[in-house]
Amino acid sequence: MESIIPYYARWIREGKLQVSSEWNKNLKVKFTVQDPCNLVRKTFGDALAEDLRFTLKACVGEENFIDMNPSMSNNYCCGGGGGFLQNPYKEERIQYGQKKLDQIVATAADYCITPCHNCHSQIHELAEMAPHHWHTLHLWTIICLAAGVLCRNERTYLGDDLREVNIPEWDETEFL
Amino acid sequence: MSKEPVVIKKKKEKTFKDIVMEKLPDGGNLNACLTCGTCAAGCPATGLHGMDPRKIVRLAALGMDEELKKTPWAWLCSMCTRCVYACPMNVNIPQLVFNMRAAWPREERPRGILRSCDVALGTDTCSAMGFPVQDFIDVVEEMLEGVRTQPGFEDLQAPIDKQGAYFLVNQNSREPGTEPEEMIPLWKILHMVGADWTYSSKGWAAENYCLFLADDDGWKEITRRAAEAAEELGVQSFVNTE
Repeated sequence: MESIIPYYARWIREGKLQVSSEWNKNLKVKFTVQDPCNLVRKTFGDALAEDLRFTLKACVGEENFIDMNPSMSNNYCCGGGGGFLQNPYKEERIQYGQKKLDQIVATAADYCITPCHNCHSQIHELAEMAPHHWHTLHLWTIICLAAGVLCRNERTYLGDDLREVNIPEWDETEFL
Repeated sequence: MSKEPVVIKKKKEKTFKDIVMEKLPDGGNLNACLTCGTCAAGCPATGLHGMDPRKIVRLAALGMDEELKKTPWAWLCSMCTRCVYACPMNVNIPQLVFNMRAAWPREERPRGILRSCDVALGTDTCSAMGFPVQDFIDVVEEMLEGVRTQPGFEDLQAPIDKQGAYFLVNQNSREPGTEPEEMIPLWKILHMVGADWTYSSKGWAAENYCLFLADDDGWKEITRRAAEAAEELGVQSFVNTE
């Protein structure tokens, strides 16, 4: 059993997956990343967290990546894990998520990448309560944007700032 | 002063902690707690319902089994393992919590998790949303039609049950179930790098709520089905996409 994330990093290093952060050179949209507990601390450790950062930096530019504190194996759970999203303790789940909310707000990032569905749901919900709103993205979305192959109808989770950025020239779809 | 020696007549009954320790490697080090509080200080669930990880270990150490077994904190800890990562004595608090969950009568565990586990067990795909095999095939076909109209992706494949593929790729039910267009960026990446991959029609769902339910037989069954699908297809690598 493997995670796809080290493959993303490897494919970028080998030049098979051609991504560029050129689109963000002037825009300077800031990104942070959540370390999913099950992938990082509980299974593959900091090596996976490093590959996750390598992949994201290749897509958005090193200077546009702001890490959370603490991070990697020492990062906090978002509060969506362990079945929390399916149990009746919603108020407690949001209280639990306050630590994650504070961490993301402290980065002042416009986007939080969440390569896990539980994290995605919880962090997406936390953004609604934050003093400054951020957008919550799957990792594959930003990879395809940086590879220049992300169509308008695949941009559900992108904000207005990135809806027309790096659109493939052949794309005639409309934003969903 | 009496010369009679003190005789302890009754054999001490096993506490919940003793039972859990028998199940865990090194007994989960549950007797090794120094009560330093590092776990509680770094836990986002600290304070919820007046509990924290250290209190849970103390309740176990003191044999306060009734309190342990009925506190909803078992469901407020996400078993993220940050406490044991930080613990100087490697006390396996998340495994203690898992066993606290397992001590709840199955039907009294949180309904949402219970239902997701049971639905997955009752579905070939192991989807907690009950997404059946044929619906998965149909939604993949439908999405494929769309993406193949895009230049450069005319030959994009998203095979199901391709024998001997290198990668078996799983997928969270939420994508085919509620946001199928989110599968497309993943497919595009796999296409661009020339990966030899396949889905399996059975056991493709990435989620495993039986694990969260602390249903040992259930989570093993879900995992077994995914592993069997990988074996039947003869793949080299089972790749988790989240």
